[in-house]
Amino acid sequence: MKARLPARVLLVAVGIAILGLFPLVFSNPTDTSIAEFTLIYMVAASAWNMFSGYSGYIALGHAVYFGVGAYALTLLANHLGFAAGWGVFALVPVAGIVAGLVAIPTGLIALRARRHTFVVITIAFMFIFQLAASNFGFTGGTSGLQPPTPLWSAVAYNDHFYYVTAIVLVLTVALSWLVRRSRFGLQLFSIRDDEERARGLGVRVARVKLSAYVISAIPVGMVGGIYAYFLGQIFPQFAFDPLFDLSVALMAFIGGLGTVFGPLLGALVLESLQQYFTVQSGASQVYLIIYGGLFLAVILLLPRGVIPSVEDLVNRWRTRGAVQDRAREEGDGGRPADVVKAAGAR
Amino acid sequence: MSALIEAEGVSKSFGGLQALTECSLSVPKGSIAGLIGPNGSGKTTLFNIMTGYERCSDGEVRFDGESITGATPEKVFGLGIGRTFQITRLFFRLTVLENILVATQRHEGWLRSVARRAGSAAERRRALEMLDFVGLAGLASSPAGNLSYGQRKLLELASLLVADPAVLLLDEPTAGVNPTLISQLSGRIRDLNRAGKTFLVVEHNMEFVMGLCHEVTVLHQGRTLVSGTPDQVRSNPAVLDAYLGGGDDDDDF
Repeated sequence: MKARLPARVLLVAVGIAILGLFPLVFSNPTDTSIAEFTLIYMVAASAWNMFSGYSGYIALGHAVYFGVGAYALTLLANHLGFAAGWGVFALVPVAGIVAGLVAIPTGLIALRARRHTFVVITIAFMFIFQLAASNFGFTGGTSGLQPPTPLWSAVAYNDHFYYVTAIVLVLTVALSWLVRRSRFGLQLFSIRDDEERARGLGVRVARVKLSAYVISAIPVGMVGGIYAYFLGQIFPQFAFDPLFDLSVALMAFIGGLGTVFGPLLGALVLESLQQYFTVQSGASQVYLIIYGGLFLAVILLLPRGVIPSVEDLVNRWRTRGAVQDRAREEGDGGRPADVVKAAGAR
Repeated sequence: MSALIEAEGVSKSFGGLQALTECSLSVPKGSIAGLIGPNGSGKTTLFNIMTGYERCSDGEVRFDGESITGATPEKVFGLGIGRTFQITRLFFRLTVLENILVATQRHEGWLRSVARRAGSAAERRRALEMLDFVGLAGLASSPAGNLSYGQRKLLELASLLVADPAVLLLDEPTAGVNPTLISQLSGRIRDLNRAGKTFLVVEHNMEFVMGLCHEVTVLHQGRTLVSGTPDQVRSNPAVLDAYLGGGDDDDDF
């Protein structure tokens, strides 16, 4: 394990460098706009995975927290008289906290159920919130709300949002990594594998599940806030969007459910593709066909997602190398066919 | 000897089905107690009630003199009562070592559980000791799903032991296990008992129960039939009737 650490650190450093340098290299607003949406989904997929990927409870209602974040930021900015500009970004963490607070009662209710029932309840919450936002006065009903619009130059406009989202992304991934290796993370994994047994071994499952649920809602609320500010307007259909839930789940599935980097990879590929096709074809829903095809391909070819499958391949390749080394040491290296057979038999 | 864990007058019904009727069971501290009975006699239901997995309609469960009736499984485990399941349950996608580390809970704050890495050096050492004790140390890093059935039973036992419970409730530990592993298992139970652990074992394997237990309780149709030493139970005519049929029940037809 120790020997692999520097390679991982290097990989993370390269990732952060690319993240930081992207707008400097691709400064075209079309590109940075695609990048911004991609970052938003990377945060959302990573946060969603912290609950659903680790605990095995597939939530299809995180759009609730995305929308709550979006509305919270817009409402607070408008009512507290925030001037358009950097200052509004101070409300991003607040949007996250509001989303986290909303996740407490909704999580409490949804987590009384398991499996399919849980999934259905989370979907129901999403529609309840969408309906509520369409009908309440303070949310502006179906015509939505407009947060203040900053007067930044068109060329660098996206960059502001990009860097704020990039910071949220780094923090979210760091948290995801921390949770995965923690005792709390192990408890979540034990719930995923066998909740009844986890209880029998002293895991306080209700508390562990709810806290993971709330934790995963916070970054989603934060990017929801950024999304509203970025678009300059927010409607119930976009804030509480069933396609958001499907996309986020699909991204995590394709990349590798329950891994730290899988959801990032999934979001990177799917969201940039979607944005690209939207820009190219103008037909904004064409991507759904591609999503479906990709999902089928992944389920058929890499059922556990890209990252775990690639890891398996690498491990197999490594052990094959080790077997060959051992064989050579034992003076047996002259018959490669046997060695390959031995490695394949594992 | 005082009872470490006991059930008194426990009744339980599932809708119209009366699963248990005023069952009483007492496990003295430091003993190995057995619970036997024909299929469907309510053994596992009683187990579930004693470990918080089900609630009883009536009666009381006590641990060390304190009532634990209606406590959650998490709480029951925290008090020092560990159980295994009739159909072995493991965390199949976790490694053998991780399976054990789940049970090394401390009563720590939530924030600490997020900040702390799973398995400190001391916890890992202890987990490996337990694996060594059941003979699975060589498999520590393989996924639990790869273990054979018998090895799973041993892992289940090891992951209870790491938390050092005062009493262990084993639900059919020998079912589906080969004879070599059975003798290994009963050897381990004796070792642990000598070290002060109390056991309650549900079993169908009479040889295993009669050879191991100090005291045996027989359940029949949700009622406690007899309680006594293996010899007393073996020669009790009511027990023979319960297992082989016959007696009063047949006259009704």
